[in-house]
Amino acid sequence: MDWGAFLLSLQLALATTVLLLPAALLAARGLARWRSPMRAVVEAMLTLPLVLPPTVLGYYLLVGFGRASPIGRAFEAAFGAPLAFSFEGLITASLIANIPFAVQPIQRAIEALPREITDAAWVSGLTRWAAFWRIELPLVAPGLMTAAVLTFAHTMGEFGVVLMVGGNIPGETRTAAIALYDEAQLPGGAPGTLAAALLALSFVAILLVQLLARRRA
Amino acid sequence: MSGLSVRLAQSEPIALDAELEVAAGELLGLVGPSGSGKTTVLRCIAGLHRPAGGQVRCGNAAWFDAAAGIDLPPQARSVGLVFQNYALFPHLSALENVATALGHLPREARAPRASALLERVHLAGLEGRRPAELSGGQQQRVAVARALAREPKVLLLDEPFSAVDQVTRRKLQRELAELRRGLSIPMILVTHDLEEAAMLADRLALLHHGRTVQTGTTEEVLTRPKNPLCAALVAARNIFEARILGHDAERQLTLLDWHGRQLEAVQAPQFAPGSEVAWTIPPSEVLLHRRVAPSRGIAENPVTGVIVDQLRLGSLTSVSIGIEGEEHPLIMDVPNHVAWRNGLEPGVEIGVSLLAKAIHIMPAEQTTLVGQRSQADRTS
Repeated sequence: MDWGAFLLSLQLALATTVLLLPAALLAARGLARWRSPMRAVVEAMLTLPLVLPPTVLGYYLLVGFGRASPIGRAFEAAFGAPLAFSFEGLITASLIANIPFAVQPIQRAIEALPREITDAAWVSGLTRWAAFWRIELPLVAPGLMTAAVLTFAHTMGEFGVVLMVGGNIPGETRTAAIALYDEAQLPGGAPGTLAAALLALSFVAILLVQLLARRRA
Repeated sequence: MSGLSVRLAQSEPIALDAELEVAAGELLGLVGPSGSGKTTVLRCIAGLHRPAGGQVRCGNAAWFDAAAGIDLPPQARSVGLVFQNYALFPHLSALENVATALGHLPREARAPRASALLERVHLAGLEGRRPAELSGGQQQRVAVARALAREPKVLLLDEPFSAVDQVTRRKLQRELAELRRGLSIPMILVTHDLEEAAMLADRLALLHHGRTVQTGTTEEVLTRPKNPLCAALVAARNIFEARILGHDAERQLTLLDWHGRQLEAVQAPQFAPGSEVAWTIPPSEVLLHRRVAPSRGIAENPVTGVIVDQLRLGSLTSVSIGIEGEEHPLIMDVPNHVAWRNGLEPGVEIGVSLLAKAIHIMPAEQTTLVGQRSQADRTS
């Protein structure tokens, strides 16, 4: 089994989850309370990665990260290395691909929180920050956990976007799913262990989400 | 301790034109049908909703003043608010719920104080329970304890008894009546239950489409409505129209012409002879002339009519009497045994007396009168 690839996937999933969650919390909180016709448009854009074929998303990201694009040029100017076909590029792509997995569970949790709870916290004398930290956050924690688990698991198994944006560079962009594909293509390859590991991980993730959902109910 | 003075004006999103004065230690019942803006008024006082115009003052402190650009956040207003569904923090124990509102005390003093508050609302021993592990009545008590925890300058109660069963409601109402005796701050109780308001409030404010249409003592608002609209809002059942014949200053009476009958009523000198007015009488003040043995008092505003309908409600029978020339029936409440012993039933002709001291005269508002009848029917 290609432990290097598995480890790289773990790193990618961890980085994506840690970076995406705070941003998703902010976005979800804003969206949950936003009263505007534009909200539907923004929500549709944020949900797009969920339904788009990963290769389509990957293609646009590749174009966006390339030397021909301002983002790609700016990154290369700042860090001296291209964004495409790098681990940083993978993280960026994975952040974008996971937006719906992170934002939606949190947004649902916030929307399920009665406004009176926050009102009661303010009337009780809690500052906005204290009300958020001590009342709102613990109550949306199951939503946050669901978002974290989904993002992590989804990143562990992501194939199309990674292949388009990262290619297949061992130690840099060769993730578990890519390695698995390689093993399966090679005569005499041994994809079984890797496949089983990813299967087990996904199952545990879904089980966690289910348990969290039950605790919330 | 000092009083609360509220003036609210806005047209959006809910129209408001409300004026309330509540003295320290006084409990004002804010009454009105669903959707009349009662909760919004409370939210304005607590700082959770910002009205377009007006003022909220507590004692000498301005909490809100649209003209002066003052709008204190809820954290700075010192309001105790019991929400309609209590809005307890579900992840915290009863003790922690109360302690959350004790931020003004040093950390080590909060738990003992929260315990004492829970004991005051008869919840000793349940400090560790979460809201989901408490009954509706117990949750309400936690909400009251939390509202009192800040040592608020104003206590606001938003339909605090609407989410519990009848037996618990009676118990909680008695507890509130006891609790308030120890409080010397202005209190507002929002309710759509007139009986509850009559039982607990010192004064009532009637709210209709965000507008305070009558404010006064509970007795005054319930029995002497300012106009037919107010009468409908307090579910007054006998609202009729008549014409002023004149005033009898010596006997302190005003004489009315009701479809050709002369009625004597409590003197209302503000209405000129000849003017069209509305009048009302509580169904309990319509006295039956006993058919078997006529008794005293039958000379007072005697009226005869035919029973058109009869409805037994608990221990009382509500008798609808058709009066010649009058479109709406006159309603009389009598104990069941009286109805039975006098052989009252639809079709029977009876005589009644309308007690002069109970006849209250109001300005006639032809249009609102008609509209409000249907509104009263809808809300009852």
